[in-house]
Amino acid sequence: MYVAVKSGEKAIDQAHSWLDETRRGDTSIPELSVAQIRQQMGLAVDRIMAEGSLYDPELAALALKQASGDAIEAIFLLRAYRTTLPRFLASLPVETNTMAIRRRISAAYKDLPGGQVLGPTYDYTHRLLDFTLLANGERASTPPSDETVEDCPRVLDFLNSEGLIESPLANSCRTQSDDSAPADLTRQPLDYPAGRDLRLQALARGDEGFLLALAYSTQRGYGRNHPFAGEIRQGEVAVEIAPEELGFPVIVGDIQVSECDMINQFIGTETEAPRFTRGYGLAFGNSERKALAMALVDRALRARELGEDVVSPAQDEEFVLAHCDNLDSSGFVSHLKLPHYVDFQSELVLLRRLRKEFEERKSGRQGPKVNTTSKPGNQDEPSMDNEQRREVKQA
Amino acid sequence: MTSAALNHNPDSQNDSTGYNFAYLDEQTKRMIRRCLLKAVAVPGYQVPFGGREMPLPYGWGTGGMQVTATIIGQDDVLKVIDQGADDTTNAVSIRRFFARTAGVATTESTREASVIQTRHRIPETPLSHGQILVYQVPIPDPLRFIEPRETETRKMHALQEYGVMHVKLYEDIARFGHIATTYAYPVKVNGHYVMDPSPIPKFDNPKMHGNPALQLFGAGREKRIYAIPPFTRVESLDFEDHPFEIQGWDQACEFCGSDHSFLDEVVTDDEGGRIFICSDTDYCNQRFETGARQEAV
Repeated sequence: MYVAVKSGEKAIDQAHSWLDETRRGDTSIPELSVAQIRQQMGLAVDRIMAEGSLYDPELAALALKQASGDAIEAIFLLRAYRTTLPRFLASLPVETNTMAIRRRISAAYKDLPGGQVLGPTYDYTHRLLDFTLLANGERASTPPSDETVEDCPRVLDFLNSEGLIESPLANSCRTQSDDSAPADLTRQPLDYPAGRDLRLQALARGDEGFLLALAYSTQRGYGRNHPFAGEIRQGEVAVEIAPEELGFPVIVGDIQVSECDMINQFIGTETEAPRFTRGYGLAFGNSERKALAMALVDRALRARELGEDVVSPAQDEEFVLAHCDNLDSSGFVSHLKLPHYVDFQSELVLLRRLRKEFEERKSGRQGPKVNTTSKPGNQDEPSMDNEQRREVKQA
Repeated sequence: MTSAALNHNPDSQNDSTGYNFAYLDEQTKRMIRRCLLKAVAVPGYQVPFGGREMPLPYGWGTGGMQVTATIIGQDDVLKVIDQGADDTTNAVSIRRFFARTAGVATTESTREASVIQTRHRIPETPLSHGQILVYQVPIPDPLRFIEPRETETRKMHALQEYGVMHVKLYEDIARFGHIATTYAYPVKVNGHYVMDPSPIPKFDNPKMHGNPALQLFGAGREKRIYAIPPFTRVESLDFEDHPFEIQGWDQACEFCGSDHSFLDEVVTDDEGGRIFICSDTDYCNQRFETGARQEAV
């Protein structure tokens, strides 16, 4: 009796309890607490929050623990939670100009008001394994100086005051829906062409690896846009709401964000003087790589609006927006693990029939005429291997 | 939609899970119901909807689940199948999800069910008036593999520009002597929209035509809903000299002896041993039990 597909219910239960055991690992090793993950795996927690689109370090740390450290699985947990939350109201736009800065650098100017502030960065570390950490030793660390960071005016504002860069409020930068509230792709289906607000939302939630690869491709010539990292800043910003009945804004909390202003190649027309263009990236937490990649891809996606030829994947809105979400992609790729017996059986039936007809033709009997000049390569054709294809062609 | 779904009290919370009845909040259900109404009004047209993130992965039935969650009421009886079977792991998982979040009765019997969520099959037992069949759809647009751009395919549907689809089928005939599409075989609904029937085998296509049950299709990742109202004309695309045909087997089901149902092939050894069994487990069991009773008499 064939029983392989039976007892699915029992199999799932067994798999879950085995998973719990595997996640915990050796019980002679102390269990990780959510607080430890939050404190000591901060960059992982930040990525979960950024791509999970939910600012909650504790829940992100919990998700990471529950997912055995698998970022995409943790993002999934957080998103599935987020989608059930009620929405009371929208905050006011966060004002990153008044950010409490932890890090602020510009690659465009050597020195500038506010100065360059390296902050806690891995940038200039030598990537040598630190065996002190392996031996569970705490390295004596000198506390960072408590020198407060001066006010940091925005680098792109210097350029803007001279007219050297497009204004952040220029038509080309506005959302398509202008005065109305920004669109939200978690509530409304994505429609093309998407406004920049939707594009930025999709990128902010998008997979860091995918965006990084796309950003890299623009640097290698697939939609080159000559970027300079005008300013990267990281720190705390206040989130404000303005309930109608109050009539004035109140701060509901502070969040950590990473922001990147990219200065890109200039444009000019007969009627407009040449000026630099902008790309923008913003992500929750310390997610600088993500913010940089996002800014490059944002700029690449503005190709059509800026009158550039759309020739590369990073400039192609439908390509980027439809494929940047890692829950979309991991879900659909992993669904190949689900049974496809029925479709596969359908292909087998056809393939056997085609082979039978082929054998009949070969042995001289009449069969349907086969066009020998047809080209292979249609995506939708049944899964014939090359040998089979050759046989059909030779017939 | 059953009267139970319409009479359902939206404030009722499912105490055991802390989530709303059938997981989705009532605002979301309302949005989806509006899309369902539009889909029923324009048969075969893909209605964009604000698909939510479900606690199951995209590609694993999130679209079908959102439709089911929206239409199901406390008095409904739910059946979930995957590849025709009630006991495949993903069918079990989805059935459990609704048993847990909605507390509805579940069944494996096609006849007893008021809502049937399916992946890749239409049950062999004919459906009746009042039943709803909810399909899980991976790629809702039948033109997607010919034209990957949504902006283009929407225009093509609006203008009924379906020549490319016939060219594709013709190329199959020219190359293989047959139309080589064996599942997700495109259909024309109510004489207008060409529709992807989800990856059901073409064996099941004729069952969609004039079916007394309401057929709803949900694509979660692609955020599209479409529908075939009861008793709607559904034609599989073909040519006069190459009429649509369904696959058949030389064998009969090993268990129930059926020679007219869709059969799955089971490899029994590594020496070419094969048996064939019904993919529809409920249909097979019914026939098996009926047969056993008749033998006993």
